[in-house]
Amino acid sequence: MTQSLKRILLGDWGLVVLFIVAMLVVSLLVPNFMTQRNMLGLLQSVVTIGIVACTMMFCLASRDFDLSVGSIVAFTGMVAVMASNATGSILLGLLAALACGTFVGFLNGTVIAKLKINALITTLATMQIVRGLALISSDGRAVGINDPGFYQLALSRFLGVPTPIWVMAVAFAIFGFLLNRTVFGRNTLAIGGNPEASRLAGVNVDWMRIWIFTLQGLVCAVAGILLASRITSGQPNAAIGLELAVISACVLGGVSLAGGRAAMTGVIVGVLIIGVAENVMNLLNIQAFYQYVVRGVILLIAVLLDNLRSRALGRRG
Amino acid sequence: MQAFLEFRDISKAYPGVKALQSVSFAVPKGSVHGLIGENGAGKSTLIRILSGDAAANTGEIRIGGEVQHYASTRDAYHAGVAVVHQELQLVPELTVAENLRLGRFPASGGVINFRHMFDDVGAKLRDIGIETDPREKVARLSIGERQMIEIAKAVMIDARVIALDEPTSSLSSRESEILFKLIERLKAEGKIILYISHRLDEIFRLCDGCTVLRDGKLAAHHESLKEVSRDQLVAEMVGREIADIWGWRPRDLGEPRLVVDHLAGERLKHPASFAARSGEIVGFFGLVGAGRSELMRLIYGADPARQGKVSIDGEETPLGDPRKSIRNGIVLCPEDRKFDGIVQGRSVAENITISSSRHYSPGGLLNFRKEAETAENFIKSMRIRTPSRRQDIVNLSGGNQQKVILARWLSEPDVKVLIVDEPTRGIDVGAKAEIYETLYQLAEKGLAIVVVSSELPEVMGISDRVIVMCEGHIRAEFTRADFSERKLLAAALPDRKVEPAARVVQ
Ligand SMILES: Nc1ncnc2c1ncn2[C@@H]1O[C@H](COP(=O)(O)OP(=O)(O)OP(=O)(O)O)[C@@H](O)[C@H]1O
Ligand SMILES: [Mg+2]
Repeated sequence: MTQSLKRILLGDWGLVVLFIVAMLVVSLLVPNFMTQRNMLGLLQSVVTIGIVACTMMFCLASRDFDLSVGSIVAFTGMVAVMASNATGSILLGLLAALACGTFVGFLNGTVIAKLKINALITTLATMQIVRGLALISSDGRAVGINDPGFYQLALSRFLGVPTPIWVMAVAFAIFGFLLNRTVFGRNTLAIGGNPEASRLAGVNVDWMRIWIFTLQGLVCAVAGILLASRITSGQPNAAIGLELAVISACVLGGVSLAGGRAAMTGVIVGVLIIGVAENVMNLLNIQAFYQYVVRGVILLIAVLLDNLRSRALGRRG
Repeated sequence: MQAFLEFRDISKAYPGVKALQSVSFAVPKGSVHGLIGENGAGKSTLIRILSGDAAANTGEIRIGGEVQHYASTRDAYHAGVAVVHQELQLVPELTVAENLRLGRFPASGGVINFRHMFDDVGAKLRDIGIETDPREKVARLSIGERQMIEIAKAVMIDARVIALDEPTSSLSSRESEILFKLIERLKAEGKIILYISHRLDEIFRLCDGCTVLRDGKLAAHHESLKEVSRDQLVAEMVGREIADIWGWRPRDLGEPRLVVDHLAGERLKHPASFAARSGEIVGFFGLVGAGRSELMRLIYGADPARQGKVSIDGEETPLGDPRKSIRNGIVLCPEDRKFDGIVQGRSVAENITISSSRHYSPGGLLNFRKEAETAENFIKSMRIRTPSRRQDIVNLSGGNQQKVILARWLSEPDVKVLIVDEPTRGIDVGAKAEIYETLYQLAEKGLAIVVVSSELPEVMGISDRVIVMCEGHIRAEFTRADFSERKLLAAALPDRKVEPAARVVQ
């Protein structure tokens, strides 16, 4: 009995099973949880984490790490607002933000792959540099949006579902496809499994890493734009601590920090778990400060699960 | 016979694999007992059970008549069992002495007495014939030296039963000699040594008795090897007769395909030049550390070259980038499968097709059907023992991992030059014969093939020409007509050293 329970929980679908059980329990116990309105609100709240988790998954799967995502999200949000205010064109603002995000990602990737500097250190540095740039450019204050058209990005709906949720869903689909169906995804996992063997097998490891980080930058810009639109301004202090929430979501979703193992479904569930936890706490009127504790506990559980799972998976050899 | 170590009815199953099925045999005190069988026969699994690293589903182990119940490797260790695993388990960033004393540091009040530790370990190592400096970091040792340290670890805990899983697969002949002497000594002290090897000459030389496993079952058990012939053991292992393992046949040689011109790099200081013709199999012989692998890595671009040129069919190829080399038709099957070969955590199919899948992945989209087909073909033709192509490669036996890495390069369609570094390390006799046959067929198709091997009989058995390296230099070259064991060895040995006994396999 315990044996088969263990097998289910640590197996491929263990997380999904856990999640469904948790959803059932929560929807029975917490009033107003299973309403359409609350569900959409819940999804809205995880849009940033969800979008960024897509590329973070690739990063972790290839044994890398990116701490700069929160800063890039804030910075690109600022850029989008300031550039569209300055030019009077939302489109130009968005393009500028995407270009900036992509550039920072490209820089991360190039430094890590070509100069062979540890990803943790590199992104720790860019995390601070980029946050600094966001603060400098706005003089530390929030920048309001001039053109109300900008709000529409977050407010508009398609088939009754807000656009940001659609963007997140599309990102899930694209990156799930990329991971499972393409040589790019395969090579990402191979690099995570054994970088040297992959290089000798003809995988262009440097090029792959640069691409992964560049994509990460681009995706952060998308998240940054949507966030700015939702909070109707560019906030230099937005998305602080986002990197940790995103990494938690990935690890919770079965992405191995040792590289080589990742699944899009897992990451989606990981993102939703974090969303549900926060949503429930809000519904139950639990003070915001407690949410930090809960996030930490969730992360610990995630790492523990990862550990148990790789131990259950087999031999050291 | 006074049985001391007894296996009774041991069975072990993994998902989809019956690794061991009701295996029983016994070994007397003060003897060396061989354990042989094909790749995936269950040898390492049995050793893992003995060492408490895996739990048997049924059966029991008795030592000195006492039933052993281990919950962990620590229990086995306290029961006097030491194991040297097929894959090495040292901590690379620690020194030799620290590795040997891990978990048992000589300390007072938590402070390690390093001087004492180094002196003590140094003395013990010298006593068993190992010259390595105990202060050296393990990461800087050659594979052979690391293997010796592993063995020293097992000896130094004064175990009653010592199991060695393919200990000589990465040792030079001199190191092997040291090991053999050590084994004789341990035997005289009344220990039991379980000895796994695919090299039957070692079995005959060292072992008193021998057990043969096939497909996880006991195929034969010999208390003495006096009356047993080599052919009989082979037949018991593979279940059929193998007439001539080498099966060399003459081929027509074409134009020079691979030309290496004054190539040198960081770890191969002296420039090396040689050529290989289309249809030719060139063997590279030398002692471990002679610079053969370094040269091959330079040709393939695994390491950056300092000087020199490599050309294929008269056209110069760029150096220093394995990816370009593959596209120009040079591939290298590396020596160290654990670090340079297998991609851990990924499936057998992915490991086979990691490079060749690009040929049928238009626009980077994977073709699962083609991938599965390729993988299944190689699993069948190379008889890779795995429950399915989706199995994680780390769950395969050592020899079967090696086959997967070979399959990776055999699945590349446009190879012109195939370099294989120790291609049959850890591979059983039956599979060896099949791999040689594959090499001949590829040569007949016009490939130039370079085989690096430390096994003299193998080099002599399959090469059309042998190049001998010694201390980073190309020393000599022999055509098949004037091969002799003596000449090759003489060329391989540095002048000042005394000649060690040749390793004669087959
Ligand atoms: N952790 C594991 N999970 C799944 N299968 C396993 C695991 N460990 C071993 N096996 C399987 O058990 C069988 C026996 O493996 P074992 O390593 O004992 O073979 P072996 O005789 O040592 O072979 P070799 O000569 O190649 O080293 C193989 O088919 C292998 O794939
Ligand atoms: Mg084995």
